[in-house]
Parts: sequence; C-alpha cells; structure tokens
Amino acid sequence: MISFILIILVSLFFTGIIVRTKSITSGRKGPGIFQPMKDIFRLFKKGSVYSKTTSFIFQIAPSIYIASIIMAIMVIPLGQYKGIISFDGDFVFFAYVLGTGKFFSIISAMDTGSSFEGMGASREALFSMFAEPAFFILMGSFSLLTGHTSFQEIFASLHFGSYISYILGALATFVLVMITMVENSRMPIDDPKTHLELTMVHEVMILDNSGFDLGMILYATNLKFAMYGALIANLFMGSFPLYLTIPIFFIIQVLFAITVGILESFTARFRMNHNAQYILALSSVSLLIFLGVLLVLKQFS
Amino acid sequence: MEIIIAFIVVIFLAITLIPFLSVKWKGIITVSTVTIIAVLSSIIAFQSLSGKNFEYLFGGSLVTGIIPVRIDALSGWFIVIINFTCLTAAFYGLQYMKAYRSQKSNLSLHCICFILVQSALISICSLQNMLAFLIAWEIMALSSFLLIIFEHYKRETLNAGINFLIQSHICIMFLTLGFIWVAIYTGSYDFKAIALFSGSNSLLTGVALFLCFSIGFAIKAGFVPFHTWLPYAHPVAPSHISGVMSGVIIKIGIYGMMRMLLLIRTDYLVIGYILLFVSVVSGIYGVMLAIIQHNLKRLLAYHSIENIGIIGIGIGLGCIGIGNGNHLLTVLGFAGALLHTLNHSLFKSLLFYGAGNVYQSTQTMDIEKLGGLGKQMPHTSFLFLMAALAICGLPPFNGFVSEFLIYNGMFTGLQMSGNGLILSIVFGIFGLALIGGLAMLCFTKAFGSVFSGTARHNFHHTPGEANFGKLIPMYAVFILIMAVGLFPKTFITALSEPLHLFTEHSDKYIQAAGLPVTTTMSMIGLCSAGFLGLTGLIFLLKKNMTGSKPQTVNITWACGYIAPTAKMQYTASSFIRAYRKLAEPVFSIHKKKKEIQGVFPKSGGQETHPYDKAEEWFIDYPLQLLKKFFNRFVFLQNGNLQFYILYGVAFITLVLIIPFAFDYIKAFIKFLNHI
Repeated sequence: MISFILIILVSLFFTGIIVRTKSITSGRKGPGIFQPMKDIFRLFKKGSVYSKTTSFIFQIAPSIYIASIIMAIMVIPLGQYKGIISFDGDFVFFAYVLGTGKFFSIISAMDTGSSFEGMGASREALFSMFAEPAFFILMGSFSLLTGHTSFQEIFASLHFGSYISYILGALATFVLVMITMVENSRMPIDDPKTHLELTMVHEVMILDNSGFDLGMILYATNLKFAMYGALIANLFMGSFPLYLTIPIFFIIQVLFAITVGILESFTARFRMNHNAQYILALSSVSLLIFLGVLLVLKQFS
Repeated sequence: MEIIIAFIVVIFLAITLIPFLSVKWKGIITVSTVTIIAVLSSIIAFQSLSGKNFEYLFGGSLVTGIIPVRIDALSGWFIVIINFTCLTAAFYGLQYMKAYRSQKSNLSLHCICFILVQSALISICSLQNMLAFLIAWEIMALSSFLLIIFEHYKRETLNAGINFLIQSHICIMFLTLGFIWVAIYTGSYDFKAIALFSGSNSLLTGVALFLCFSIGFAIKAGFVPFHTWLPYAHPVAPSHISGVMSGVIIKIGIYGMMRMLLLIRTDYLVIGYILLFVSVVSGIYGVMLAIIQHNLKRLLAYHSIENIGIIGIGIGLGCIGIGNGNHLLTVLGFAGALLHTLNHSLFKSLLFYGAGNVYQSTQTMDIEKLGGLGKQMPHTSFLFLMAALAICGLPPFNGFVSEFLIYNGMFTGLQMSGNGLILSIVFGIFGLALIGGLAMLCFTKAFGSVFSGTARHNFHHTPGEANFGKLIPMYAVFILIMAVGLFPKTFITALSEPLHLFTEHSDKYIQAAGLPVTTTMSMIGLCSAGFLGLTGLIFLLKKNMTGSKPQTVNITWACGYIAPTAKMQYTASSFIRAYRKLAEPVFSIHKKKKEIQGVFPKSGGQETHPYDKAEEWFIDYPLQLLKKFFNRFVFLQNGNLQFYILYGVAFITLVLIIPFAFDYIKAFIKFLNHI
C-alpha cells in the first residue's frame, strides 16, 4: 500500500523534473516541476474530438491502458513491504497486465485508419516485443539468486556482498533504465519532441486522442516512469526499515528523473531500423546478469 | 456398461438415418446426436475427474484380445474438452452450413463424418487396446479428411486434404511401429503391456519407444518440423471444422504423449529436455510464421503450432520435474499443459468461428482486402478481440492462467541445481517471453487490419453481422474463457485428479505441493477481476466527467491532409515490414516486384508469398531426392506386357522358393547373429 501511494506521489512531478533538467542543460530556466501535471489537469477539463472512422475500442482503450498501469503499480513493493498485490510469480502478472494495456493502445491506433498511427503502432508492437525477454531473464536471474519468485521476496532478500554483485546491480539498473526508455518511447529509442511524424513511435499513436483520453494517456506515461523508477529503487533497499526506504525511494526517483533528462539532452535518437537490434541487445545484457548470478552462486566451480 | 451400449446405438442409428433425411433434419439430427454423445460420455468423464475411474472389458475377438475401456482422469479431462468444442462446433456448423444447402449428398457425408470424428476422438481417449486404438485413430483420420475436403471441387482443398491424409498415415505408421515393438515382446495388445515392457527393459529402450510414439503423435499435434500439413488443412476446411481440428484433433496428439508418459517407465529427464527444446522451437517458429501470413485462417493455423509449443513446454517441464523428483515443478508443468489444452481449444475455436463469420460475409480470407469490419460486425469483432487477447496470454483472460502456470514452473525449476537444467530453463523463459511478444504483434496485426480502420476493398454485398445462431455458440465459448480467467482456482482444483496420475510416479505429495498453486490461482482470479473492475471504474469516471463537455466527430487527423483514402491506411504487410526485414533469414518469402518505369508508368506492384522453410527442408527436398531415386527404376515400367508377365512369374517363383530355402536363411541369420 505504502509503495502505491509513494509511486502516485512521485508520478506527479517526475516528468516535471525531466523537463526541468532538459531546460537547464540547454540553458533555459524552464517551467516548474508540476507544470506537466497542470497541463494534464487542463486536458481533463476539455471536451474531445473523435474520428468518424473509430469505433468503441478507441473510446475505451485509454481507460484500459491506464488501468493496466495502475494494476501493475499495485504489484510493486517497497523493499520488504508488500505492494497491494503480492503472490508467487507476480512479476509475470506485472509484465502481462502491461501487455494488455499495450495491446489496446496499439489497436486503438489502428482503429483510426491513419497511415501515421499505423506506423507508430507497428513500431510500438515490435519494440515492446523485444523488450519482454530482457525483463523476464532479468527477473529469472534475480529469482535464481534469491530463491524466491515474487517481487517483494526477491527485493527483500536482495543484498550486495561481493564485487560481482555490485556489477550485477549496475547492469540490472542499466537494463531497467533502458526498458523504461523503450516502454515509454523516450530517447534514444524515440524522440518525444520530434516534429516529424515519420520518426515518432508513441507520440504518433496518440495523434487522434484528445481531451480526457489524451490526459489519461499522458498521465499514464508519468505513472509508468514512476513505476519503473520504483523498481530500480527497490534494487537498493533490501530489508531496510521504513524511515530509510522512503528517503532512498525519493532520492533514487529524482536521480532517475535527472538521468533521463540528461540522457535526452545529450544523446541522439537511434536510427529507427536499428532500434530492434538494439533492444534485443538488452536481452544479452540480461543474459550477462544471469551468468553473473551463476558465478555468484558458484555454479561453475 | 449401459452408457457404452447407448453410446454405440445412438451413433449407429444416427449414421444410418442421416442419408435419408431432408437437409434441415440432417442438421438437427446431427446436432442432437452430438449432444447425446457429449452428455453420455461427459457423465463418465466427470466421474473420472472426481476420482472414480471407469473400467469395462469387452470380450473382443481372437485377433484383438480383450478390449479394455478405461477412462481415468486424464482421459476424462480430454473427453470433456472434446465434447465442449464439438458441441459448439456442431451448433455453429448448423448455421454455417446453411450456405451449402444445395449440396445434399455432400452434407450427409459431412454430418456422418462429424459424428464419427467426435466418437472416434472419445474412443481414442478411452480405448486401451492397441489394435482398437489404431482403428479408432484411423476412423478419426479418415473422417477428418472427409470433413476437410467438403469443398472438394476446389483444387487447393483437395491438395490440402491429400496432404493431410498422407501425413496422418505416416503418423499411424509410427504408432503401429511402436505398438508392434511392444506386442512382439509381450504378446499382448493391452496398454498395460507397454508399462510392463518398458519397466522390464533399460531406460534407453524406454526413451526410444517414447520417441517412436511421440513422432507419431507429434505429426498429429503439429510440432515443428512435423507441422507442414497443418497450415494447408486449416484454411480450406469449413470454419467449424477448422475449430474442431485446431481445438481438439491436434490435441489428441498431446493426449497420446501424456498417455505414453504415464505408461512408459523411462528416463524422464532426457525426454523432458527433448520436449522442452522441440516445444520452444515449435512455439517460436509457429508464431514467427504466423505473423507474415496474409490469409487469416492460415495465420490462425500457424498459431496452433505456437500453442502446441506452449503446451509442450509445460509437458517438458513436468517431465523434468518427475525426473528430478520435484513435485511442485511436476504439478506446475502438467497443470499448465493440461489447462492450456483446454484454453487453446476455447479461444482457437472462437477465433476460427470469428474467421468463419468474416469469410461468409465477405467471401475472402485475405487480410489485405479486409478492413473496418468492426462497425459492420460488432459482435464478431468483439468476440474475435477477446479471443485474440486470450491467445496472447494477457490477463484477465484464460490464456494468461495457463501461461502463468508454465512461467511459474520455470521460475520454480530455476531453484534446482544443475547447469544444463538451469540453462535449458532460461532458454525456455526466453522462448516463452518472445512467443508472448510475437503473438501480440501477430494479433494486433490481425485484429487491427481486419476489424479496425476503414474498408480496403469494395465488396458486392456490404458485409453484415452473422445471425444469432452463429453468435450464441460463440458467446458460450466466450463465457467459458472468462470463467477460466476469473475463477482459475476452480479449474485447477478440477485438474487435481489428472495431475495426481503424474505425481504418482514418485510420491503422493501433491496436496502439499499443490497448495501454494491454488492460493496463487485465487489471487490471479482476484487480480483479473480487479483489473476489469478498475477499467470499468475509470471508464465510468471518464463518462461522468466528460458528459457535459462538447464532443465532436471529425475525420481522422492526417497531419493537415484532409482527403485521406482507405488506401492510405497502414496495411497488414506494412505493419509487419520492420519485423519481416529483421527475421528475413528464417523465412523463405517469394517476392514478385514490378518497378515503376518511365515517365508514364503503366503499372507497378509488389507481391510477397510467404513459404515455409521447414517444409522446404523436411518435405520438399526429401521428396525431390526420393523422386530422383525412383526415377532410376523407370526402365522397369516400360509398357511391354511380356515384361510385366515376367515380373509376375519372377515374383511367384520367389515366393515359392522361400519356404524351401527357409532353413538356409534361418541358418544364415543365426550365423550373422553369431558374429
């Protein structure tokens, strides 16, 4: 329960920090960190325009999308404190419930009959497909390392001892950060600030959404960031008590947001047709983690 | 006993009656017969699922020996699945076949064969005499062949049917080989002889025997590389037959494998590894090819291969569990496999019925020509979408439950020691995750291009919704899909007897091992329901908050362009183009390209025809070699009558000589053995 509230709290200013970081690195003052949230609230109050080609799917897809993310957030623990939902293999549920949301966002883009949105949908489907094995192998390595199969048990018993485990932690953070970027369609996979529809992934899928729906989709992005940030934060909590985990949680979230901002300021987007290979390479990094775990467990001796 | 007699009598009565009835009554009698058979056999099946095994011994004949009818929990589970799919297929088919009313005699054959297929499938699950089993198997193969070639006046239908016929007989050949092997050494045709034989021989013999049987069953089930008949047979058959084929006929191969696992005492670890590897390859290969198909039913057919792969992963895990004495892994693996068998029969038949509705209202299965059907066929599109989500293994649907069990099994398996084991399980996790992602790509393509957007093609008749007769069986399937998704605990509890059979091999700890599984299952049910509730809540909230706001309807935003046409939509081929380019080495795609040339180009275009590389390697190439080999003997067939008489004389002489030379030959073989 506590993790759920914290993630919702962080989601309110996460993208604000990213935007602020980006403006500072480019020499501007930038808007306040709650500005993205204010924009979303303004959208909530607006009416909407629906395309006449769309069907009911287009209307319900944003609700399902955000519901799937909220369900996924409920699974995430805070160190040793369970999330609202916790059971053996809950990370499978986490990944698959996100999949449901993605499925609907893809078909709702197809529902508009627009050539641009179809393109974005195609890319989203392809990229997220390649990110899935990386996540599962990562979680598999952790479950092998700790001997547990639920988020809370894994994170509670995760502790760093040897040098290899530090490397593992770093690699896992890298994989999770990259998965976040893929899932949120941010740099270096996709440039949310681009001006050309042909080079977009996520932004082009929501060209036709407006009003409340658009607000929900934008807020879902914030939630997703905070969610993956919470996963990363969990890597470093172990079984600390609450008065330590909460500050750690916020510090890591803010650091993560700043990292994303810096990444977006100083990297260029990959060539679209090389993205898939790049994302598949994440699976190999996950495999590296897996081999590291085998080393830690001394399976090779 | 009375039930068996009633079962046989009903089938005979119906079969003799059907040819003499009018078209309308043929359908009604068929459906009612199917219902009666289903009810009769389900009574026994449900009893066996609750732990009361059924056994009856027929006297049989001198040749066959005693024919035992044994229905244990495993048979019961499969009989229930068979009955449900056959029932919905019969009701759906009753409406679907209305389009073919004029073909009277063809319809009689179709009806008879449908009843025969159902009863043969049930018999296969319950007969435990090798000869009787083979006869039932043959009846199933032949009658499903006749069902497939319903539209026999089309050339491709006949080709696909003959392909199916040949491959199902190769399957029977392997089964016969295995049975003969056992029967020679034990002298009995009872299935118990298999257990006896493998128990008294080395583990290696058991593995060899199992592989012999499982090649046979794999052809029926459609494991790669034995799958090549499947993508031909499914698209040409009438839709309810495709549903039955994909839903239950290929599952009979899975039943066979599981039965053999129960009977054959062998090295389960080796078999587990083999099955796991073959299944992961099948799963990935099946879905990879499914994505590039343009024919909707062919796409679904390739998906059957993928799902057979997932079931196989479950069986493989279960075997590894038995081999290592890990009860939890055994339970999770087999529970996943058995539940996925049920789940796949549900959503795949629903998808085929949906495809059937699309076919009957548009007369085409080409995805590139369809589009925007969601508005004309709201029920079909809704049901297709639900089944598509279920087949992708997404919550809150049933596919998720079984895939979750298998995932859970794999993560449990990781806790065991042994490098080979851990590496193969990681391979499995990677495979299953990739399969999930690819399936999503495939079904967003299929649903997106068939039901979303605007129509890409002008049909003579505007496509309309199917009648309620077709929709009711579809909704029945959908309700069961939701039931498995929301109340998985009930179904897992129902599985406890079949699972018990598998854990009996070592110990009887299933209750203890199964306990965490059931609590997890009820959690999943709750989460799925919660997800549905949350979605509804958010949607209502949105309706409430935007109710008073202005809502306008306008054309799709095309970045400033105001005259978009249907042709500017993203097509199915372009949707998967990036993927196709990436995975090109695995495919063999025949391309025809006509570039636009000159100042006033006449025409241009590009065609892609996906072909199966496995078929190229395992069917076409060997066939070519075989043809080459046999061509050397063409000189024998020289058209000269005298020569043919000579062959006959030579043959008769040879036959007459053999008895005389028998002693010498025997001595020679003895001599060879001596060496």
